[in-house]
Amino acid sequence: MKGRIPDWADVTLVPLFSVVLAFMISAVLIWAIGESPWAAVKLMVEGAFGSSYGWGYTLYYATNFMFTGLAVAVAFQARLFNIGGEGQALVGGLGVALVCLYIPWPHWSLALIAACLGAAAFGAFWALIPGWLQARRGSHIVITTIMFNFIAASLLGYVLVNVLRPQGSQDPSSPRFPSEIALPKLHEMLAVVGIPFSRVPPVNISLLIAVAMCFAVWYLLWRTRLGYQIRAFGESEPAAEYAGISPARITIYVMLISGALAGLMAVNSVMGEQQRLVLNAVEGAGFIGIAVALMGRNHPFGVFLAAILFGFLYQGGAELALWTGIPRELIVVIQALVILFTGALDNMVRIPIARLFAMRGGR
Amino acid sequence: MDLGTLVQVLDSTLRLATPLLFACLAGLISERAGVFDIGLEGKMLVAAFMAASIAFVSGNVWVGVAAAVAASVGMSLIHGVAAITFRGNQLISGVAINFLAAGITVVIAQNWFRQGGRTPSLSGDARMPRLTLPFAENVRDVPVLGPVYHGILSGHALLVYVAFLCVPLTWFMLFRTRFGLRLRAVGENPAAVDTAGVSVVALRYGAVAICGVLCGLAGAYLSTGLSAGFVKDMTAGRGFIALAAMIFAKWRPWHAMGAVLLFGLLEAVANRFQNMDILGVAVPVQAMQALPYILTVVILAGFVGKAIPPRAGGTPYVKEH
Repeated sequence: MKGRIPDWADVTLVPLFSVVLAFMISAVLIWAIGESPWAAVKLMVEGAFGSSYGWGYTLYYATNFMFTGLAVAVAFQARLFNIGGEGQALVGGLGVALVCLYIPWPHWSLALIAACLGAAAFGAFWALIPGWLQARRGSHIVITTIMFNFIAASLLGYVLVNVLRPQGSQDPSSPRFPSEIALPKLHEMLAVVGIPFSRVPPVNISLLIAVAMCFAVWYLLWRTRLGYQIRAFGESEPAAEYAGISPARITIYVMLISGALAGLMAVNSVMGEQQRLVLNAVEGAGFIGIAVALMGRNHPFGVFLAAILFGFLYQGGAELALWTGIPRELIVVIQALVILFTGALDNMVRIPIARLFAMRGGR
Repeated sequence: MDLGTLVQVLDSTLRLATPLLFACLAGLISERAGVFDIGLEGKMLVAAFMAASIAFVSGNVWVGVAAAVAASVGMSLIHGVAAITFRGNQLISGVAINFLAAGITVVIAQNWFRQGGRTPSLSGDARMPRLTLPFAENVRDVPVLGPVYHGILSGHALLVYVAFLCVPLTWFMLFRTRFGLRLRAVGENPAAVDTAGVSVVALRYGAVAICGVLCGLAGAYLSTGLSAGFVKDMTAGRGFIALAAMIFAKWRPWHAMGAVLLFGLLEAVANRFQNMDILGVAVPVQAMQALPYILTVVILAGFVGKAIPPRAGGTPYVKEH
């Protein structure tokens, strides 16, 4: 079925068409609950892109989604479905908190490097176990990563309540990180080159790390030997094995990389925004990574664009909830529809597009 | 632990195991037919919402239950269209169903009731009545029999008994009827079923629909029996615990009952005691909460017996031309 659509259309028209479908159904839903879809779209666009305040939040959310989207995309390239980004990011947050709380850093830049390493190492470890279990014991990675999400939540609950919570505090969260290691925000960075930007949104230097990671993943997948092996393994496991690629090795490597990327998200949210570890530090961003990766067709550049789209949806959705009777959860519906159309129903979307090309070709 | 506490814990074990049992059997039937379903959670959530809101509006809990089943079957059909008709990725479809449910229940609840994504609390006929089993009052003071029959077994909502009745029914259907044989065959080797002239698509849709009905009952019990109303995300991972129980039971109905009773007991104990002291070691409540998931990982890894799913599970069937 795929062969009948040119490659450029497969990576652009199919996701675009899916998003349009998802938006159309959401518009019907907005209309059904008695609000105006047109006014909602206007409010969302203005809220997300109409000011540097809106842009700041959009980019902050997009940073999270780039990390988790890349995590899912790398695994998808090897045809592994890592649904555990949520848990890996949670455990990554624990890594960030330990690094920031227990080591007195002289400067934020050193703390940032260490926090990145801590987040990546903890996230990778949390993905390594399911990866190892799939590679060596044959347990289904989807089920184990789901289970590990719940185990991570329990583990974090235990650590926050019993270990990191300051004496006398009722709130299950860690103490605040020292203010000397607060990450520079985007407005401080832009002020250096003289561009004014809102001081409020939490968007910070992690955005640059996320963009760098998009390049790094692209380089890894298309310019290195390991990347070639990952893609070959994803195309056909028997063929890859015949070519001397060890499935167990690739599975474990891919899960390590994927978990590290998901863990890195915590640098943005835990160190960049909350500046302490809280119970729901990830807020579903691990799952949004699935939608982002599917929409971005598992390509880092696609993930970059899809992450900005979802950043827009999250910021726009927050504005919507603030000014209208439409709750924030509308965004979860849109996210679900995007996953449904790009991931599960993509044959349904593809068939009419393929017909269209067949008609053109027949002429 | 004194006798009174023990009876209370076991009593709440039955209640907490009920939604798990429905959902677990639902997943079991779907996966036996070769359709993976990680969307149990979402279907339960939609059903819980529909049951509570329709029961509130109509004032009759059974109208609510009917609406819950209808909504859950509707969600199942979305999964069916994606997984069977369009041969999409069943896991991704399940994820989408879960998010769809998480979002749409709050959006609609807010629109209908304006209480921050919850339904008003239910009372009277809008809640599931508790049944007193025959002679329960008479044997109340008999030692052993009294606490077991009156204290633990009696006094639950009808759906609790229905859930446990579904265990032998599911077993009978799967292993003693023609439909069950074909259903299991379509999960192991759909091509053989197709060759025998039986429709793979129809069988799989049938299994997915049954799965929807059972998830509907699970959700309805959750919001009208176990609690009195719907709150946002009230399933709280129960769909995944049910999935864990199904793997733990290795896709067998009687074992599924054992697994959900174990997981129900863990939840009941975790609710009753904040920190347990077992043989001098303090077990934190979080460990009890995580135990079902840890056990499932251990079982899946084959350290304690191997859990082997139906062979054709997760793969769409493509007819040869």
